Amino acid sequence: MTADTGVYLYAVAHDLGIREPEGLTGVDGRAVRVIPHADLVAYVSTVPLDRFGEEALRRSMEDLDWLDATARAHHHVVETVAEAAPVVPVRLVTVYGGEGPVKELLDRRHDDFVTVLARVTGRQEWGVKAYARAPASAGAPGRKAEEATVGPGTAYLRRRRSDLHEQEEERRRAAVGAERIHEVLAASAVASRLHRTQDPQLSGRTEWMVLNGAYLVDRDRAEAFRRVVDGLSEPGVEVQLTGPWTPYSFTVLDEADGERP
Amino acid sequence: MIEPRRPEPMTGRAYSGSVSRREPANLGDILERVLDRGIVIAGDIRVNLLDIELLTIKLRLIVASVDTARELGIDWWEHDPWLTGGKRDLLQENRRLRRRIAALEEGRPALEPIQGHAEEVREDDR
Repeated sequence: MTADTGVYLYAVAHDLGIREPEGLTGVDGRAVRVIPHADLVAYVSTVPLDRFGEEALRRSMEDLDWLDATARAHHHVVETVAEAAPVVPVRLVTVYGGEGPVKELLDRRHDDFVTVLARVTGRQEWGVKAYARAPASAGAPGRKAEEATVGPGTAYLRRRRSDLHEQEEERRRAAVGAERIHEVLAASAVASRLHRTQDPQLSGRTEWMVLNGAYLVDRDRAEAFRRVVDGLSEPGVEVQLTGPWTPYSFTVLDEADGERP
Repeated sequence: MIEPRRPEPMTGRAYSGSVSRREPANLGDILERVLDRGIVIAGDIRVNLLDIELLTIKLRLIVASVDTARELGIDWWEHDPWLTGGKRDLLQENRRLRRRIAALEEGRPALEPIQGHAEEVREDDR
């Protein structure tokens, strides 16, 4: 470890005697290794600080191509190590000055890590998103006739008012549907968490996202959960299942880490 | 506490053999997990996302923009096929008229004729 390298942390797990994860590469194409300490093990890569220092990251985090590659590499490491044992995934670009501080972390937060690991052991996260189908109000019949009698300006304003009203109704209905879906799914899960809905640029969909939920489900209940999702249907709402994910959404430590939950 | 599963010993083969276990996740799903979820550790650390949170401002804007825009009611034109189907001129005319009204209300001479091109008006003339 030299002054111009840092230790990039991906995840923490129980020390089950696992050593070097041979052939696994992470961010920046760097080899992944383990730091075992205090019955825990940290999965890390040594990274150059000219690319993973604060200044460099300030620039590269704005580069969506770099962010894409780095996020996928981080995620790949987390998923791969999670196949063998439960892990606590760490947030993107968490970089330590050396192995010493990582070991101190494993000491200091030992009990928190054990608590979170117990919560996710034998369980998987499923993502469920619901989209409201776009209201089919534009171009309704009778518009041309209306335009002929009241003039284009007034007709336009009337149409806008009517469309906005219909959209408002659609959204209200979709929100109620989403809430019902969430209640059903939460009842079938060990824990659930609602997340901010995604912009179409992220979701790649033009429809309005009305639900972005994460559900922690026992492994042996996965099929049952899938069937619950398949059975969900709301008029005008499309439900999409993703996963299973490493339980990213259920590894938040409480206030102890300085972050409000 | 549930006892962790005892895994098979890890080998290079075990890692490389598992890549196609599931369909590739889309970038949005991955980003929201690795950026917004997962454990955040503060303290004696070289760099973490809390330090550089501002860096992801663009991304956060993308994530937040839809809700914000909807709250402000400013996205209706984006998805309105009636307007995007060649009727944008009505929107532009509307804009020109509003500027003209604002100018008249301020007692200034109107800066553009009604039939003019909206694009020629400087932004600070609004």
